[in-house]
Amino acid sequence: MKIAVCIKQVPTREWQPRLTDDRTWIREADASFEMNEPDAYALEEALRLREKHGGEVVVCSAGPARVQQVIREALARGADRGLHVDDAGLAAADGFVVAQALAHAMRDEQFDLVLTGLQSDDQGHAQTGVALAELLGIPHSTIIMDVELADGRVRVKRELEGGWFQWVSMPTPALLTIQSGINQLRYATLKGIMAAKKKEIRSVAPPAGLASSLTIVSLALPSKSKQTVLIEGGPAQAAAELVRRLREEARVL
Amino acid sequence: MILVVAEQRGGTLNRASWEAVTCAQQMAAGEPLGILVPGGGNAAQQLAEAGVGDVLALDDASLATYTPDAYVAAVAGVIAETTPRVVVMAHTYQARDYAPRLAARLRTPLVADVIGVKGTGAATTYLRPMFQGKLVAEVAPQGDGPAIVSCQIGAFRADKVVRGAAASVRTIGAAASAASPQTVEAPFQEARQAVDLGQAERIVAVGRGIKAQDQIVIAERLATAMGAEIAASRPICDNGWLPMDRQIGSSGQTVAPKVYVALGISGAIQHLVGMKGSRVIVAINKDADAPIFEVADYGVVGDLFEIVPAMTTEIEKQR
Repeated sequence: MKIAVCIKQVPTREWQPRLTDDRTWIREADASFEMNEPDAYALEEALRLREKHGGEVVVCSAGPARVQQVIREALARGADRGLHVDDAGLAAADGFVVAQALAHAMRDEQFDLVLTGLQSDDQGHAQTGVALAELLGIPHSTIIMDVELADGRVRVKRELEGGWFQWVSMPTPALLTIQSGINQLRYATLKGIMAAKKKEIRSVAPPAGLASSLTIVSLALPSKSKQTVLIEGGPAQAAAELVRRLREEARVL
Repeated sequence: MILVVAEQRGGTLNRASWEAVTCAQQMAAGEPLGILVPGGGNAAQQLAEAGVGDVLALDDASLATYTPDAYVAAVAGVIAETTPRVVVMAHTYQARDYAPRLAARLRTPLVADVIGVKGTGAATTYLRPMFQGKLVAEVAPQGDGPAIVSCQIGAFRADKVVRGAAASVRTIGAAASAASPQTVEAPFQEARQAVDLGQAERIVAVGRGIKAQDQIVIAERLATAMGAEIAASRPICDNGWLPMDRQIGSSGQTVAPKVYVALGISGAIQHLVGMKGSRVIVAINKDADAPIFEVADYGVVGDLFEIVPAMTTEIEKQR
C-alpha cells in the first residue's frame, strides 16, 4: 500500500494578523508556521493504515522553502519520505493552483491512497483535495471519520451535517479528505526526529504556466456584526460588572 | 442568467438552498435566475411555487442517491448547455463534496464559503473568510468561465427571498450521466441525541481555551449557577472531554438560546454557524482579536480561569 499525505504549512493558531502594505497578503516575516491541523490527522491516519497493512507513507507539500519544516516534522512522526513542490509563488496560491502543482508532482508515483485534511486553516478554500482527485482521475470522498481497507477497496465513514454519518465504499486508488478528530495524534519522538534527518525530501518544480483561478483583491479585519460591550477591569471587577449587566440590562439571568 | 443549484435529499429541499436564492437575487442585475434541482422531486415543485426563476428538475437514474461523480457529470452538462454567468449554491457538506471537482472539471473558479457580494457583472467580487475568520478577503475570480459560488450557511437570509408568480417545473434529462464507482450506504446517527440543546434557554460552552479536561468543572459550576446547559466546540468533543451530543456547530447542534456564554472559544466559522442566532452572546477569551468577539454582545478579554469562578460566586451570592 503506497499512501500519499498532502500537508500544508499555515500560520499558528496564536498568530495575530499583520498585512503587507498593499493588503493582499499577510506579512510572512511576522508569522510563525505549523502543520495545518486537519492534515496532521490525515498523516496520523496514513501512519495507522501503514502499521496495519504495510507499505509506504509519502508526505507531499506545495509551497516555498519554509514548508520543508513541516515535511521534516511529518518524517519525524514516521512518514517514509517527502515530496516538495518548491516555489516561492505557491505561498499565497489558491486551492486549484496548489492541486495542479501537487498533481504534477504526484502523478507518476501511482499512489494507492491519497489523504489530506478537509481544509486549510489559512485560506480555507476546502478545494485542494477534491480538485486533486479530479486531476489524478481517481474517486474521492470528503470529511472522513473512519477508513477501512480490504480487497482493493476502501470503505469510509463520511460525516454529514448535524450528527449524521454515512458509509461509502469505492475502489482504490482513491483520495480522502480527513476530518479533525478522526484519531489521536502522535508526536515525534527523539528517535523519530533523529531518523527524519536521514530521510529523503525530493524537491520538484511546479508545472509551467500555472494561472491563479482566484486573486485576492484585499484582506481586512472582519467588520463587527454587533456592537460589543467590552468589560474592563480586574477579574473580580469584570465578573461582577458582567453579571450585573446580564441581570439588569440583558435580563437573561 | 444566474444558475442556482438547489440541494435535496429524498425529495426534501435543503433549507440552505433558499439562502443561495437570496444570494443570487442580490447579485442579479435584472438578469433571470435558473434553478437547477438535481434529482428533482418535491423540492423542485416547492421552488417553482415560490416563483424565483425557471425551475429545471434534472431527472436521471444516476442522481437518485447522491454521489459526487454522478452530480459532477450531470451538473457540468447543464452548465455547458445553459452557459450561466455565475453558478450559486449553498456551502453545505454536499457542495463541499462535489463543487471542487465540478469546478476543476470545467476549469472554472470556485469561490467557496462566500459571505458577501460586491459589484455586478464582470466586475463582481466576493467576500469570504480566511485564516479561521481572523481576516475577510475580497477575491476576484479569474478566467472566462462562469464562477461557481458557494454561500456560507447563514450568511444570506432565507426569509429575504423575493417571491414571484408560481412557475412550472421543466424536467430535463442529464446530457452526461456517469456510473459512480461508489457504493453508498444509508445515513445514520451515531448515538441517539440524548440532549436537545436546541431547547436550552441558557448555554455555557467551552473551547480549546479550557486547556484540560479537569478544568471543565469551572464551566460546569457556572452553568449550574446560571441554570444553563453545558456545551462545547468541536475540539473538546474530539478529545472526549465532553460527549459528542454536547457539540455546537456545523457538525453538531445549532442553537439559539436566550444567552450563550462562550468560554475560551476562538469562534471558528464552523462553531459560529451553530450559535450566532443566540439572543445574547457573551465571550470570555484571552485573545482580543478572536473572531468570537465579532458576534459577542458582551466581551471580557482576560483569563477565564479567574473570571469564570468570580462570575459563579457573584451569581450565587445574589440568589
